Amino acid sequence: MDTPRRQGAPVIEGLGLRKRYGTKQAVDGLDLRVEQGEIFAVLGPNGAGKTTTVEILEGFRSRDAGEVTVLGQDPASGGRAWRSRLGVVLQDSRDQVELTVRELVHHFAGFYPAGQDPEEVIDAVGLREKGSTRARQLSGGQRRRLDVALGIVGRPELLFLDEPTTGFDPQARRSFWELVRSLRDGGTTILLTTHYLDEAAHLADRVAVVRDGRLVALDTPDALGGPQARRPVVRWTGADGSTRSERTDRPTRLVHELAASTAPDGEVPGLQVVRPSLEDVYLELVGATTEEVAR
Amino acid sequence: MSATAPTNRAATAAHPRLPSAARLGADRTGIELRAFFRERDAVIFIFSYPLIMMAIFATVFSGQDQGADGYGVPFAQYFLPGMVATGVMLTSFQSLAISIAVERDDGTLKRLRATPLPALSYFYGKIGLVLLTTVVQTSLLLVLAATVYDVPMPADVSSWATFAWVFVLGTATGTVCGVAFSTLPRSGRSATAVVTPVVLVLQFVSGVFFAFFALPSWMQTVASVFPLKWMAQGMRSVFLPDDAQALEVAGTWQHGATAAVLAAWLVVSLVVGVRTFRWRRRDDG
Repeated sequence: MDTPRRQGAPVIEGLGLRKRYGTKQAVDGLDLRVEQGEIFAVLGPNGAGKTTTVEILEGFRSRDAGEVTVLGQDPASGGRAWRSRLGVVLQDSRDQVELTVRELVHHFAGFYPAGQDPEEVIDAVGLREKGSTRARQLSGGQRRRLDVALGIVGRPELLFLDEPTTGFDPQARRSFWELVRSLRDGGTTILLTTHYLDEAAHLADRVAVVRDGRLVALDTPDALGGPQARRPVVRWTGADGSTRSERTDRPTRLVHELAASTAPDGEVPGLQVVRPSLEDVYLELVGATTEEVAR
Repeated sequence: MSATAPTNRAATAAHPRLPSAARLGADRTGIELRAFFRERDAVIFIFSYPLIMMAIFATVFSGQDQGADGYGVPFAQYFLPGMVATGVMLTSFQSLAISIAVERDDGTLKRLRATPLPALSYFYGKIGLVLLTTVVQTSLLLVLAATVYDVPMPADVSSWATFAWVFVLGTATGTVCGVAFSTLPRSGRSATAVVTPVVLVLQFVSGVFFAFFALPSWMQTVASVFPLKWMAQGMRSVFLPDDAQALEVAGTWQHGATAAVLAAWLVVSLVVGVRTFRWRRRDDG
């Protein structure tokens, strides 16, 4: 069961995953490969099939078609030994509120054959001072840290994080990201789903963008969408007062030309040179306008 | 953030065995008990309720008899068996029907399902919770009745043997019914509203608050379909003198029928429960 993996063997491998609910094809031929020791982010609009995909990988949902192995096993038939090698942090985070941080972490540690020292885990997630506090009284960020503590106390080889920082203040998110990085540095493979592009940009080694149940892009955060999507945009105000823009590989030359053609002082009105952010690239990939996303 | 980053388990060479389902069941029982006694609603409306009712009714009707046709027993003595039966129903049926519905809704079940905790251990924990709360509650009830309201306790072995099997079978039936019923409430918030009326109506028609012989016969017939009437009747056979059989509708304690009805509910609920139990909310697929 716990056979040592070949170096380079993927932790997660999915080929042609499909899942349909009624008339909706939630996952439509998705391929996925997550390597050992990386933080792999899955991005996509609501209803893109992220959660369904992740729940298939976690063994919570059946698939209609496709091949999947997670830690060398088919999640649909993963038993207790397989489960003991996974950590799952779900979106839901309002359960078992009458128990304290220490009680919960110690209790969950007991589920695993080789759980980590619960006190070490409480320290690692930064909840030492809250050990005797009931879950009900934790702030949103503290509660999420508790969720992570429960997810990692079994020393998982693979950790699923489903939208872990929704509702965090900026400072809490930063320190949460630090925690996730330290887990990766400890050797844990992490599959992260998130709505936040900056989160993916900060954390992920690779990013997959999913739309309509299909993979539309897969790369490092810096290279996502390919060189085409990264081409800068030059914007300026034309002679008739309208906003003009042009995409170019050579923005300096374009600006130079514009300046030369703008009499008499060479000052181009409203000049901007913008390199697309991960967010711009993402929005283009999922084919949404900014208004749609802002809702 | 501390420097002690958790290490990958691949680094640990040995592969120790998974803890046994029984040991984890014991762990679950401990956690269940803590959570139960920290929840004010559970402590008042499930654990203390029969004690409070016993105190109120036995005090208000002290000195009065419950009976008919010239035969009567002291009110507290007639009231006690109904309260014991009610207590068993609350700590088994009501306790589980509400708590499992809430745990399904708030994600406890899904979270546990994502760990290597065996499903059996979860149920062992629930059974442990029910057993301990029921035994303690019933014991307190008997002590209260015997010491404060002078209800005589049976002195013979056969009465206690009857008590034992009615108690065990009733608790088992209530437990399994509670698990099966927990899939009905659509949300955690509605769980109490869905479960409590069932429990209350059964108390009124099953001879708990009103003497069973005094109820209209159609109500007696309806109540006879459900376990609480039979549990209360079984407990009356323990705590009332043998002559009091005369107050029963059938004129006897009907132990056979009691066992049969409770066992039937146990089996049917077990089948329904096993088929319908879900670890996730309905809207979560």
